[in-house]
Amino acid sequence: MDGAAPYVTADGRQIGGVLMDMRGITLRFGGVEAIKNISFDIREGEIRAIIGPNGAGKSSMLNVISGFYHPQDGEVWFRGEQRKPMKPYQVARLGIARTFQNIALFEGMSVLDNIMTGRLTHMKTGLLAQAIWKGRAEAEEVANREIVEKVIDFLEIQAIRKTPVGRLPYGLKKRVELARALAAEPKLLLLDEPMAGMNVEEKEDMSRFILDVNDEFGTTIALIEHDMGVVMDLSDRVVVMDYGRKIGDGTPDEVRNNQEVIDAYLGVAHD
Amino acid sequence: MSADFLYGIEVIINGLMAGVLYALVALGFVLIFKASGIFNFAQGVMALFAALTLVGIMEGQVPFAHLINAVFGTSIHHFGWQVPAILAIFLTVLVMIAFAWAVQHFVFRHLVGQEPIILFMATIGLAYFLEGVGDLMWGSSIRTLALGLPQGGSIWVEEMTNGLGGDDFYGFFIDKLDMVATLVALVLVAGLVAFAQYTKQGCAMRAVADDHQAALSVGISLSYIWVLVWSLAGIVALVAGVMWGAKSGVQFSLSLIALKALPVLMLGGFTSIPGAIVGGMIIGVGEKLFEYTIGAPYLGGATENWFAYMLALVFLVFRPQGLFGERIIERV
Repeated sequence: MDGAAPYVTADGRQIGGVLMDMRGITLRFGGVEAIKNISFDIREGEIRAIIGPNGAGKSSMLNVISGFYHPQDGEVWFRGEQRKPMKPYQVARLGIARTFQNIALFEGMSVLDNIMTGRLTHMKTGLLAQAIWKGRAEAEEVANREIVEKVIDFLEIQAIRKTPVGRLPYGLKKRVELARALAAEPKLLLLDEPMAGMNVEEKEDMSRFILDVNDEFGTTIALIEHDMGVVMDLSDRVVVMDYGRKIGDGTPDEVRNNQEVIDAYLGVAHD
Repeated sequence: MSADFLYGIEVIINGLMAGVLYALVALGFVLIFKASGIFNFAQGVMALFAALTLVGIMEGQVPFAHLINAVFGTSIHHFGWQVPAILAIFLTVLVMIAFAWAVQHFVFRHLVGQEPIILFMATIGLAYFLEGVGDLMWGSSIRTLALGLPQGGSIWVEEMTNGLGGDDFYGFFIDKLDMVATLVALVLVAGLVAFAQYTKQGCAMRAVADDHQAALSVGISLSYIWVLVWSLAGIVALVAGVMWGAKSGVQFSLSLIALKALPVLMLGGFTSIPGAIVGGMIIGVGEKLFEYTIGAPYLGGATENWFAYMLALVFLVFRPQGLFGERIIERV
C-alpha cells in the first residue's frame, strides 16, 4: 500500500488506503494510442470518477481494470499486489464487479436469475453435492438467496423480480445490472456510464443508489460519467482524461478550476 | 373402433418413437449452438465415434491396433478381455469428455470471435478428422452392439391390444427398442433440464448461452462452459449412437443421421431443447402418417426419404425461426 493516510470525509465516510493502483498504463489499438502512460489510484471506500470528452479513453481504462483489454505497458496493482495479465472472469473472481455502457444482461432470464448469477463466484459446492442437494449445498443456497434478497430490497426492484429482463424498460435494466454487480459483494465496483440515456428522475434515483451503496456497504466505486453535475456531486476524487492523456486529478473543486480541464471541455481557441 | 383407425394410431405411436430418435441427434446440435453459436456439423460423426468406442472397449479391442502393428511389426488386435457394459459406457463418456476438451483447446480457442461460417467450416473439418480417427482407432468393419437391449416387437403389447378392433386387428406392433429409446431419451432430457435449472454449472451455461460479455463479467470462464457443453453433446451423441447403432448396426453410415436432424432443427428451432423434442416427434409422426395415408397408396411409397425436408421447407417459408426458436426481430 502507498503512504496515503486514511481519513474521514466531511459526510463521515471512512476512506482507507490504496485499493487499486494503475501505474503508467499505455494501451494501443494498432497504431492508435487509446491510453497514454496514465497513472492514478483508487482508495478504499471512495467514489472515484473518470471523466472526459468522447473518445478520451475512459471506457478503455475501465476495460483495462476489468481485464477485457490488456495494456502494452504499465502495471496494475490490486490490494498491494501486482496483478498478472488476467482474463475478465478471473478479475471478476478477485472481487471486481462491473456494469457496461450498453448494458450486458441475460435477456432471456428473469430479474431474480440475473441477480443470482452475480453469486456464481461465491458458490463453492461441487456438482455432486448440488445434485444430491444436501447439507452444504443447501446452506450455501440459503445464504446466497439472502444476499440477493437484500440487494433486491435495497434497489427497490421487488415488483419486477420475476419479469424476464428483455421486457424491462431501459432505466430498470440499468438498475438490474447494478443489482447483479452488487450481489457479487465486490471489493471494487466499476460503473460505465450508469446514468447514460436516463431522464432527470432516473438519474436522481441512480445517484442516490450509488451513494447509498458506498455509504451502507462501504463499497469502493469507480465510475465513468458524462454528466458533469452528477460527477461533481457524487465523487470524492476525479480523474480527467482527454485524447488518452490524463489532464487532471483531484477533488471535484480542484478539477473544476483546472485550466486544462476547462479547455478540454469548453474548447480552446487555436491561433 | 375400426381396424383402420387403430392401425392409424399404431402408425402415430411408432412415428412418435422414431421422432424421439431424431430428437436425440438434434439435441446435441441445440446444446452447442445455444452456448457458442457454432453449428456443429460433426454431431453425427460424434454419435458414430461414441458408438464405435463403446463397442471397441466392450470387445477389448486394442485402439490403433492397425497403426501399432504397421509401425512395430507386431500382430495385436485384442486385449483378450471383455469389458462389462456399465464400465464401458463410463469409459466412453470419459473419452467423449477428453474429445470435448481437445476440440476446445486445439480448435475453437483459436477461433473466438470469428464469423459463424468459419466456425461451421471448422466443424466440417472436425467431422472428417473424427471419422478418420474412428476408423484408425477401431477399424471400419460393421459391428453389432451387444448391450443386451431388447429387440423386436413387444409380444406383451400385441397380446394386450389384440382383438380391440374386431377380427381384422391383430394388436399393435411396437418395437421394444423404440420403447427403450423413448424412455432413455425422456430420462436424458429430464436430466439435462434439471442440470440447467438447478446447478451452478447449469446456471453458468444458460448465462453463456444468453450473453458472453455479461457471463465474463460475473466470473464465468467461457472455455470451461464450452468444454462442458461439448461434453454434454458428446454424451447425447453416445446415447444417440447406441440407439441408432442397436437398430441398424454400428457402421460408418451412422454419421448420416446428422442429416435427419436438420429438418428437426428447422421445425423446432436451433436454440430450444423442448423444440428439438417436439420437432423430432412432428417429423416422426408426420413422415409415418404421410407414408401410410398418401405415400404408399398413391405415390409409390418411400416418401419417408424426403417428407421431412419438404416439411422443413414449408416451415422455413412461414416461420423461419422454428416453433420454439427465438423471434427474429429486425429493427429498421
